[in-house]
Amino acid sequence: MMLIPCPWCGPRDDSEFAYGNQAHIARPSDPASTSDQEWAEYLYFRDNPKGPFAERWMHAAGCRRWFHVVRDTNSHVILQVYKVGEWPDPALGVGPANKES
Amino acid sequence: MAEAGRRRGPTGKPRYSILALARNALSYHENWQAAWRSPEPKPSYDAIVVGGGGHGLATAYYLASVHGIRNVAVLEKGWIGGGNTGRNTTIIRSNYLWDESAAIYEHALKLWEGLSQELNFNLMFSQRGVITLAHSEHELKEMRRRVEAIRLNGIDTEVLSTADVKKLVPIINTDQGIRHPVMGGFIQRRGGTARHDAVAWGYARAADDLGVDIIQNCEVTGFLKDGNGAIEGVETSRGTIRSKRIGCVAAGHSAVLADLAGFKLPIQARPLQALVSEPIKPVIDTVVMSNAVHMYISQSDKGELVLGAGTDSYNSYAQRGSLNIIEHQLAAACELYPIVSRLRVLRTWGGIVDTCPDASPIVSRTPVDGLYFNCGWGTGGFKATPGSGHVFADLMARDRPNPVAAPFTLERFKGGYLIDEHGAAGVAH
Amino acid sequence: MANQSNRLAAGGRVDRRRPLVFRFDGRRLQGYAGDTLASALLANDVHLVGRSFKYHRPRGILGLGSEEPNALIQLGRGNRTEPNLRATQIELFDGLDAHSQNRWPCLRFDVGAVNSAFHRLFPAGFYYKTFMWPASLWSTYEEVIRHAAGLGRAPEGPDPDRYERMHAHCDVLIAGGGPAGLAAALAAGRSGARVILADEQAEFGGSLLGDDDVTIGGTPAVDWVAEVVAELESMPEVTLLRRATVNGYYDHNYLTIAERVTDHLGVGLPTVPRQRLWKVRAGRVVLATGAIERPLVFRDNDRPGVMLSTAVRGYAVRYGVLAGRRPLIVTGNDDGYRTAFALADRQARVAGIVDLRTDPIGPLVAEAKNRGIEVLAGHSVTATHGGRRIEAAEIAPMTADGSGLAGSTRTLECDVIAMAGGFNPTVHLFSQSRGKLRWDGERAAFLPGTSHEAEVSVGGCAGTSSVTQAIKDGIKAGLDQVRALGHTARQPAAPAVEEHGQGETRPLWLLPSTQPVGRKGKHFVDFQNDVTAADLMLATREGYRSIEHVKRYTTTGMGTDQGKTSNVNALAIVGQSLGVDVPAVGTTTFRAPYTPTTIGAYGGRDVGHLFAPTRTTAMDPWHRANGAKFEHVGDWMRAWYYPKAGETFRQAVDREVTVARNGVALLDASTLGKIDIRGGDAAEFLNRVYTNAWAKLGTGRCRYGFMLKEDGMVMDDGVTTRLADDHFHMTTTTGGAARVMNWLEEYLQTEWPEMDVRLTSVTEQWAVASICGPKCRELLGRLCSDIDLGNDAFPFMAMRDGTVAEIPARVFRISFTGELSFEINVPTRYGLALWEALMTAGADLGITPYGTEAMHVLRAEKGFIIVGQDTDGSVTPLDLGMDWIVSKSKPDFIGKRGLARPDLHKPDRKQLVGLLTEDPTFVLPEGGHVVETVKPKPPMAMLGHVTSSYYSPSAGRSIAMALVKGGHARKGQTLYVPLEGRTIPVTVAGTVFFDPEGSRRDG
Repeated sequence: MMLIPCPWCGPRDDSEFAYGNQAHIARPSDPASTSDQEWAEYLYFRDNPKGPFAERWMHAAGCRRWFHVVRDTNSHVILQVYKVGEWPDPALGVGPANKES
Repeated sequence: MAEAGRRRGPTGKPRYSILALARNALSYHENWQAAWRSPEPKPSYDAIVVGGGGHGLATAYYLASVHGIRNVAVLEKGWIGGGNTGRNTTIIRSNYLWDESAAIYEHALKLWEGLSQELNFNLMFSQRGVITLAHSEHELKEMRRRVEAIRLNGIDTEVLSTADVKKLVPIINTDQGIRHPVMGGFIQRRGGTARHDAVAWGYARAADDLGVDIIQNCEVTGFLKDGNGAIEGVETSRGTIRSKRIGCVAAGHSAVLADLAGFKLPIQARPLQALVSEPIKPVIDTVVMSNAVHMYISQSDKGELVLGAGTDSYNSYAQRGSLNIIEHQLAAACELYPIVSRLRVLRTWGGIVDTCPDASPIVSRTPVDGLYFNCGWGTGGFKATPGSGHVFADLMARDRPNPVAAPFTLERFKGGYLIDEHGAAGVAH
Repeated sequence: MANQSNRLAAGGRVDRRRPLVFRFDGRRLQGYAGDTLASALLANDVHLVGRSFKYHRPRGILGLGSEEPNALIQLGRGNRTEPNLRATQIELFDGLDAHSQNRWPCLRFDVGAVNSAFHRLFPAGFYYKTFMWPASLWSTYEEVIRHAAGLGRAPEGPDPDRYERMHAHCDVLIAGGGPAGLAAALAAGRSGARVILADEQAEFGGSLLGDDDVTIGGTPAVDWVAEVVAELESMPEVTLLRRATVNGYYDHNYLTIAERVTDHLGVGLPTVPRQRLWKVRAGRVVLATGAIERPLVFRDNDRPGVMLSTAVRGYAVRYGVLAGRRPLIVTGNDDGYRTAFALADRQARVAGIVDLRTDPIGPLVAEAKNRGIEVLAGHSVTATHGGRRIEAAEIAPMTADGSGLAGSTRTLECDVIAMAGGFNPTVHLFSQSRGKLRWDGERAAFLPGTSHEAEVSVGGCAGTSSVTQAIKDGIKAGLDQVRALGHTARQPAAPAVEEHGQGETRPLWLLPSTQPVGRKGKHFVDFQNDVTAADLMLATREGYRSIEHVKRYTTTGMGTDQGKTSNVNALAIVGQSLGVDVPAVGTTTFRAPYTPTTIGAYGGRDVGHLFAPTRTTAMDPWHRANGAKFEHVGDWMRAWYYPKAGETFRQAVDREVTVARNGVALLDASTLGKIDIRGGDAAEFLNRVYTNAWAKLGTGRCRYGFMLKEDGMVMDDGVTTRLADDHFHMTTTTGGAARVMNWLEEYLQTEWPEMDVRLTSVTEQWAVASICGPKCRELLGRLCSDIDLGNDAFPFMAMRDGTVAEIPARVFRISFTGELSFEINVPTRYGLALWEALMTAGADLGITPYGTEAMHVLRAEKGFIIVGQDTDGSVTPLDLGMDWIVSKSKPDFIGKRGLARPDLHKPDRKQLVGLLTEDPTFVLPEGGHVVETVKPKPPMAMLGHVTSSYYSPSAGRSIAMALVKGGHARKGQTLYVPLEGRTIPVTVAGTVFFDPEGSRRDG
């Protein structure tokens, strides 16, 4: 049972959270202009690394806010927690190129 | 038993039999041969199978036995059968909803029937029946849909009343006042269980017998491609090995391999936990699955109750999950089988399952010519082992979709024709 | 009654003033309070306590605690019986009723021992090589195997006892209350930190309880234990848990402790649970779990009376029981000498000390000589004799490397053999925490290496064999951990300890005999599973070289003891066999639980009404009082139908439907999901999540909408109403409410955080009574005077605020039945009052409550779909023939792009159609499949399946809807639904079976 630090409520058991998979997958701004392959990739294809992974969690049994976690999928060590609209620490080498928000 | 002493295959291993046991007993079992060799990898092969689980070893066996491609290596990063082959709850059935799924799982089930004899290795395939329970009006309706589809696909299935279930599973609680009462179910009598490790060992021994090199402790670290981007070989922890035909069958690590090969798969690795109780005298003869309460149960030949549950919700390669899954699963066990609460959990463990968006597998060519992937079996791979290996060997040998495997192409995610088994598979396998 | 012939006159921690009577295999025996079943059996000179799993060899008690592989007991009877309990852990109580297992007809004469005669046919893995011919007989072989296997018996009925779980947080959790754990608890506890100290035994002290040759601070070690425990008990922030095994170590310092609350009493108590599972999130963890002695692997080392050295000593010191009068010590270290002296001090005549070391030196060796105990240095045990009890051992000098014999054998008579093979640190929890083990060649043991969690190992489990060091390390660990958490702590003084040294250990993994291993006798490694050294060698010979292969092939370490005494011996023997070091063979993985833990402890509390939540509506008491039958819909209990006396299901439903079409009928629709949506962008938000257009919906008007997933498949539907410019009331399906709420929140927070929209789930806030039928306007008029109910003033798909039965209400003119209908929403607390008011006011109109089944019939008559019944996640709006609800002009909405994919427009997709049977009275089964061509028997190609099917009283015939391949183009075709025993021809039709003109909507 992992201990996930919700940025709003503090650390809680993972059973309080819902998982949202890979973070920073933006919905295409103009879906109509995407090809079938591009749409398939948006729908179904996600990174699945063994190691640090920027992912989304939602505190379902708490504040119900979505937020981001960088977690090592092999060790379950949580490396960073940050809010929607924020970006992972570039030093962790995960997720999109660090776009300052 | 006349054939007991017959030799076969290029390596000339003696066959297993009661007579062989008796003969070896006279020499204190000191003269048994290795079930498979431990060869050094050759510089190149006609085909390479990456992943030495049941599916990979079966693929190699069928490449050699059906397609005559014997210059084959199976590369396993650890020990053969050490992934999900050795971590699952060993349930075998083919009672799937969709035609495409029914076809591939039934293909597998037909191969299971007779596999011990074909491989000359007792896989303890035991057709003790698989019961799926229904706990609500809604589930009864869903069950009817599945049963009709299964029946019309020519697969055995039988509807059970609550009383029928009780007769087959005397320890089950059929009190209609409980939160999820047993309102009926259906059984596939040809379904059952097998000894999971034996499946890997049996295929390994038979493949080795046909000349396949099984190379353990050999991790693939990269793929070699030629100027046109076609596959040429693999880099491994034991050096470069070349082949123009490579099949990856690495279950939980498929996404990692695809990453090395330069493309993505629509796959997520999730923990799947299971557990066994201490051994007790037989109390349950069939496999019983329940989607509503997320629990399935059987009893091994050793006497352990084998309990499975649903996957954890998050991505992980850690082969461990969260305790609340186990707690819920055991609450369901106590609720449905009230005698089990004083029995004891002996061992819990986790595997990594590769789950697809539609809960159906991928058996497919890839963007890289000569590179094939067989993955995405999720929580249901063990039962498919022989069929999966059989159709994947066919795909690798002929480079064209096998008719049974054709629907399970990567292309389906682009066009939208998914084979959505979520409802049909539930959690239970 | 036997006379406790092996009980010493004095000594030990048992209470001789409290004799207890118990039964073993029906025999009445006596022990004392403070005994375990094992110590009480040994006190009565009972060594034979079980039969082994495979060969049914007689087996005795090997150990002292949770490591015991042999002495497995069936305790109690009936619903409270428990199989496979270790006699070494069962605390004796008056009336205890124990039985041996795995024998028939009785322990002394066990027919299964015939296996032993054919043992040479049963090497490791024999079953993989046979039972294959003929294939049809496998199930017969298997039944025999199943009944032979399995150890003890399950209880006969439901468990009468109760279980509980406890959630706890602490600064420091200490696993194990021996010298190291006690010292750590003291150091941490004095800082004021929150400490939990748990130990699997009934009292704290660990190894100190079984030793009388250690003094701490000048007094016997047990006195120091008592002092420390007393101080800890006085600390308010320290929790002491006895009979509590830290059995699981999970991610992020989450640990479980299985506490056995009443098992030792022999009876359940009404006020406390039988067992309690603690789930602890610890800041820091101190592992002080001690070490387990290794057996030695020599020929026929399994006879009853062959025991671990610390166990023989422990029974003497702690329980005052002499396991034998003529003990033979076989040791690879100094610890065996301590056993020899403890026994010699208690009237035993030590038969000798067989020391594996060639040239043992040190004070203990000297003392043995002083005491006149023969020390046989550099000797091996080459054979043992005895049937149900050890009688003698043959010994011989070994070659210097220990691989063979260097002299002739001689026989030593003995009635107990104490094996001292060195210690395996109990690294199970460390390994469970994903710490990396390292092999220490000098100690010949796996030790904790690199930590993964915030924990530290001290004492025996860290490889320490001295009490002095254990206490010192314990104090340091306790301090370090609380300081790391920011507590201030002063260092307690470490007490002076007097103890013997351990000397060197000679790890000799396989003692040489007169014959090669496997030729004569058996060298047992795993006692419980009957795995021998020869089996391990056979496995490596056959290519099973990874330790995991060896384990799985031979089953070594797979018993109920999970290899606590056998794993390291097995690894070492496999290593020898392969010619590699132990670490090259691999380490075994340790998995939770540390010792087997009842299923009840994990899940036994969440049964009955606690198994899953049940949601009921405000009107539920009325439904129950009026005989409704219920169905489960998600977590909800919904009224299904309301049978009158003597009515069948079908009669009741027909009646309810008929009233709804001809009079006035009342449905509890409270379970529909309801979401309150507010904000300046609310309309635009709806535009994005529904397929149709929402911007222009007027205030007070309702609209039906479809939600798709991004892949274009139907996810949910419902009616949403504009309450104000920036305020909407959304409804969802009952089962989809939570999913839709999550879905909307996700988009709002993660895709469109800039939108001014706020969502609140109000499902539980509104009770909904839906009235329908031509007389419902009249009924509502009787209870509502502040809304003009006329068609023009209150048109279809409109909403009005008002008062109904003096209750403030939102009234919606929407209809799921095709009839004139009003959905009256009131605050949930008034739901029952509203319902009762409607029933009263409508009595003379013949108002009739109707349930979900009638609702389904009514909607199906009109061709209205139910998401989840007529769809299954693979159905698009186009498949449903509902193109009209998909906006062509909106540039985007969720699912629009997915819906544009090529496979979703193929003409052979499954499409929703109506089906009419030739026989209007025959109702197709839902789930029946549709085919074009009937074959004499399966397989046959299927076109789809029946999704909804009812008898329609309004249409006067059966009706059905089905998803059929290319269905929209098949109208008028005859297809077939093959059922078991008969095939039903059907005609493909439209999906509206009643009032296609919609003439009844306005009443």
